[in-house]
Amino acid sequence: MNKEHKYLTLSGLEPLVVTPESNFINIGERTNVTGSRKFLRLIKEENYNEAIDVARDQVDGGAQILDVNMDEGMLDGKYAMTTFLNLIASEPDIARIPIMIDSSKWDIIEAGLKVVQGKSVVNSISLKEGQKEFVRQAKLVKRYGAAVIVMAFDEKGQADTYERRIEICERSYKILVDIVRFSPQDIIFDPNIFPVATGMDEHRLNALDFFKATKWIRKNLPYANVSGGVSNVSFSFRGNNIVREAINAAFLYHAIQHGMNLGIVNPTMLEVYDEIDKDLLNCVEDVLFDKRDDATERLLDFAETVKGQKRETTEQILEWRNNPLQDRITHALVKGIDAFIIEDVEEARLASEKPIAVIEGHLMIGMNVVGDLFGSGKMFLPQVVKSARVMKKAVAYLQPFIEAEKDGKQQFAGKILMATVKGDVHDIGKNIVSVVLGCNNYDIVDLGVMVPPEKIIETAIKENVDIIGLSGLITPSLDEMAFVSKEMERKNLNIPLIIGGATTSRAHSAVKIAPNYSNSVVHINDASRAVTVVGSLLQKNNKLFKTQIRDEYDKFREQFLKRTRKKEFLSIEDARKNKFSINWQTTEIVKPQQLGVQVIENFDIKKLEDFIDWAPFFRSWDLHGKYPEILNDNIVGEQAKELFDDAQLLLKRVFDEKLLNAKAIFGLFAANTINHDDIEVNDDTGNTLDTFLSLRQQSKKSEGKPNIALADFIAPKELGKQDYMGCFCVTTGFGTQELAKQFEDNHDDYNAIMIKALADRLAEAYAEYLHKKVRTKYWGYSKNENLTNDELIKENYKGIRPAPGYPACPDHLEKTTIWNLLDIEKNIGVKLTASLAMWPAASVSGYYFGNQEARYFGLGKIKDDQLEDYANRRNISIDKARKWLNPNLAE
Amino acid sequence: MININNELKEKILVLDGAMGTMLQEYNFSEEDFRGERFKDYPSSLKGNNDLLSLTQPKAIAEVHAKYFEAGADIVETNTFSGTTIAMADYNMEELVYELNFESARIAKEVADKFTKANPEKPRFVAGSIGPTNKTASLSPDVNRPEYRAITFDELRIAYKQQIEALIDGGVDVLLVETIFDTLNAKAALFAIEEVKEEREIDTPVMVSGTITDASGRTLSGQTVEAFLTSISHIPLLSVGFNCALGAEQLKPYLQRLSDITGFHTSAHPNAGLPNAFGEYDQTPNQMQALIKDYLQDGLINIIGGCCGTSPVHIKAIAEVAQNYKPRAIVIPA
Repeated sequence: MNKEHKYLTLSGLEPLVVTPESNFINIGERTNVTGSRKFLRLIKEENYNEAIDVARDQVDGGAQILDVNMDEGMLDGKYAMTTFLNLIASEPDIARIPIMIDSSKWDIIEAGLKVVQGKSVVNSISLKEGQKEFVRQAKLVKRYGAAVIVMAFDEKGQADTYERRIEICERSYKILVDIVRFSPQDIIFDPNIFPVATGMDEHRLNALDFFKATKWIRKNLPYANVSGGVSNVSFSFRGNNIVREAINAAFLYHAIQHGMNLGIVNPTMLEVYDEIDKDLLNCVEDVLFDKRDDATERLLDFAETVKGQKRETTEQILEWRNNPLQDRITHALVKGIDAFIIEDVEEARLASEKPIAVIEGHLMIGMNVVGDLFGSGKMFLPQVVKSARVMKKAVAYLQPFIEAEKDGKQQFAGKILMATVKGDVHDIGKNIVSVVLGCNNYDIVDLGVMVPPEKIIETAIKENVDIIGLSGLITPSLDEMAFVSKEMERKNLNIPLIIGGATTSRAHSAVKIAPNYSNSVVHINDASRAVTVVGSLLQKNNKLFKTQIRDEYDKFREQFLKRTRKKEFLSIEDARKNKFSINWQTTEIVKPQQLGVQVIENFDIKKLEDFIDWAPFFRSWDLHGKYPEILNDNIVGEQAKELFDDAQLLLKRVFDEKLLNAKAIFGLFAANTINHDDIEVNDDTGNTLDTFLSLRQQSKKSEGKPNIALADFIAPKELGKQDYMGCFCVTTGFGTQELAKQFEDNHDDYNAIMIKALADRLAEAYAEYLHKKVRTKYWGYSKNENLTNDELIKENYKGIRPAPGYPACPDHLEKTTIWNLLDIEKNIGVKLTASLAMWPAASVSGYYFGNQEARYFGLGKIKDDQLEDYANRRNISIDKARKWLNPNLAE
Repeated sequence: MININNELKEKILVLDGAMGTMLQEYNFSEEDFRGERFKDYPSSLKGNNDLLSLTQPKAIAEVHAKYFEAGADIVETNTFSGTTIAMADYNMEELVYELNFESARIAKEVADKFTKANPEKPRFVAGSIGPTNKTASLSPDVNRPEYRAITFDELRIAYKQQIEALIDGGVDVLLVETIFDTLNAKAALFAIEEVKEEREIDTPVMVSGTITDASGRTLSGQTVEAFLTSISHIPLLSVGFNCALGAEQLKPYLQRLSDITGFHTSAHPNAGLPNAFGEYDQTPNQMQALIKDYLQDGLINIIGGCCGTSPVHIKAIAEVAQNYKPRAIVIPA
């Protein structure tokens, strides 16, 4: 069915799709009586309650598939398999993931297949008993709706060389695909992982042949997958866990590199590849790749030296404190541990000629390791920010000594000016980039938020900076950035410009900024790219890079402009004729319980906890994925968990100590649409209070699709039906700045950024919370609604709360109307900046539309006729209107 | 022979509405249900709607005809409970073959009459295969979570009898529907594959699951995506949802299904949600407007109604369906 991409797709209660991005699918192996003595004992004693706990631990520990094996001579395998699978089917937190039915006996496999509703994996079938039996079993596996693991085994025996592996796999594949018509993506080969370093010559190629065969399968047998039981590779080192774990880790790393995409791995028997002792790793890799004749002997010798050592346990966690000074400092920086940094730095200072040497030596060596790990994707953003915290503490400690000696300044790799542009107050992204660059030995001149162009240019000249970085989140900032670039050109600045922030894009930078400025303009979409881009811009021979960037942006601009010309538009009159139509005769209009403006103060923000949408929080730290799945993600899961724990800690403080002050205001009004696109807002006696102006989609739609404006969701005045709408503003930002400042003063950028990110989430949560209260109580059109937080985030409710400045209503000027109607600044203290950003930043404002047909949409581009019409309605000049609606004007 | 696959390329096919709702209007008494043949049957038979194919064949044919007149392209056989498992309630396991065969034959006869009258609009019969009244992956006893009231093999054997009789009776398509436990459906699909292999035929198969409530999952706990993954191992004519929800509540799940499946999609929702008296009171116009929404968004290849829908509903749905192109089958990215 799926022609272009054929991905192995499995299911429990939820689906599991194995894509190239999945990296490596971890199969839980503890529910296997052949591998776990404890599990065997529990099954034998029919202690299924505890046996289920073993399964749950596997799922909680991040297993994505659960391997179940009941092959034991004293067990009734069919009975045990059926009973256990039936039991876990009743545990939704376990049954969530797919099952791997693991047995060497076909009748046990079949018993398992008969009790799982999802798409499971059979482990395994092979040509061992001949082609006829293989075909029969494969046909049944297909008919039961499962995927299959095929062992590299045939009538002659188990494949133990590269040639035999690929011969059997190819033959199996052809039979399955051509004769049985098995979907190729449902085939998983197990090309046999055998022990290495056994001392026997015929085993020398065991690992290498597996790697080569894996690579061959992935290249030559389309869509097929490769799996294996990893622990077997280190079998000959049983009892020596340090060596076993190193072998397992190194083998896994290389197997994945060669294309193994699933596997059975015991996470407690695995060292982190980068943490393996370098000498040990050399010995291990020599064995895996059969690099030397004496590889095995050398590994055995090494193994002798570490025999009996135990791995770091909780009591021994401070073992690293016994390492040499530089190692301790590096360790503290990489792990983000600040507990000992002052004493270590003091030790370094006493041993150094000058205090500055500690920064340039010990600390920079450590930070370079951090930079390399981050650059190669082995460390993640939150870790880097924690490293920066340690670094800052160390530098702060040294500062008085440096000044006392007046022994010169720290040598930096470059000086970078960072600013959030005028009118904008959002700085989380800018601060993260500053910290990351700071970690990489750049001197950061941070001008903060709402920085006017004059100040940026003046400081850039005065401080002689090497690069200027501009950031912003709201759409008017895009124009402001374009303006700054023009001013920079006018003042003959010759400093590269980097652009970042949520609404910025390569398209905008290429089309609206780069043409204004002679020096380089580079858009950076995430913090990890900042280091590379800045590095390239500042290297001595940067001409090539600069020319490349310029060419790339020129080309991009050309293509972009060509593309936009193709779009077809309707005139505003025709767009209005094709409006979103609601049957006002039959639609339900509910009068709000109470009309007018209401203010909520002294709100207990703890109530917002359940309303927080965490996914954007992780995104702001460059960790991408859905919450809560992200916590168990293969790649970023550990970091996400740690970040989440830190967030919870700070959140608890915020709640317990009432560190943030939440306020809200909203109004519900009588309203009717007039002249198609405007909404007249009235008090209860019928006097017009103000008018909202909505903008209408103008691009030509496919047959039957309307050109929507927000005004379509309110009954037109001429029908004589009274309709209603509302508007609101919530904030959780009061207190944020002070807290962030406290953290910054304490050299703790990590928590300074964290509190802002949390305040943003709380503001969104408050908007969600208030919307719910409005739906169920204050307006009361949806009294019986009962939605979970998940459904709230997915916006499954009736009615919408679009915000000015966002896709349905990109017009920020509407905020001034909301501010007037509710007298927001006076009532709750939230202000609007020159660019109409809200201050404090952690605030949300918007409208309420209650009609059940109201829905979110994107305005898209509009034409000049609507712009003129709008300028008339707003009673402003066309130029002013153009300035505010610029991002939405069609070329 | 006219191929339903070709029809699906051209247009949206309309499935019929509820059979039970229509039969209620006849107000059949215990005697009517029994007819001459079962007048001395030891157990009560009132409510055994499938039996009416034997005792009131004219009424069944009339209902089919009404739906065809309303514009349906496909009618479902009166065999929702036609397995030994469901018929055990009436001690009528022995009659399963005959019930299914006769139901299929009656429907096919009516369909052929309509096709003959208007060959431009060929009519089809779908053999309705219900979920039975037992679940293979859920325990009915909370104190014994490992217990199952029915096994995969019992289901497979029962379904196989029903399927063979439906095919013998002349159905064009098999419809495994109202699936609230995916394992039951997998047993039905297994049986279908067996029959197809033994007889060397390739009867098209429709699969229709049931999302029980706003949790967005089947009764057995699967999400839309997990459900689709679990039944996609054999080639299907269509996959979709029916029952439990009205058109409005069903839409988000249909959207998710439509986004990821390369099979045709189907929906036969209820006429809204039941009111306080358990009745469905969504009007044909209301339902038409909701279905129009599906059509505008291009979600559907086969559309019909389930509980509470009547020929008037189907007429309204057929009217609006003919104005839209069928959902394009795009290869999911």
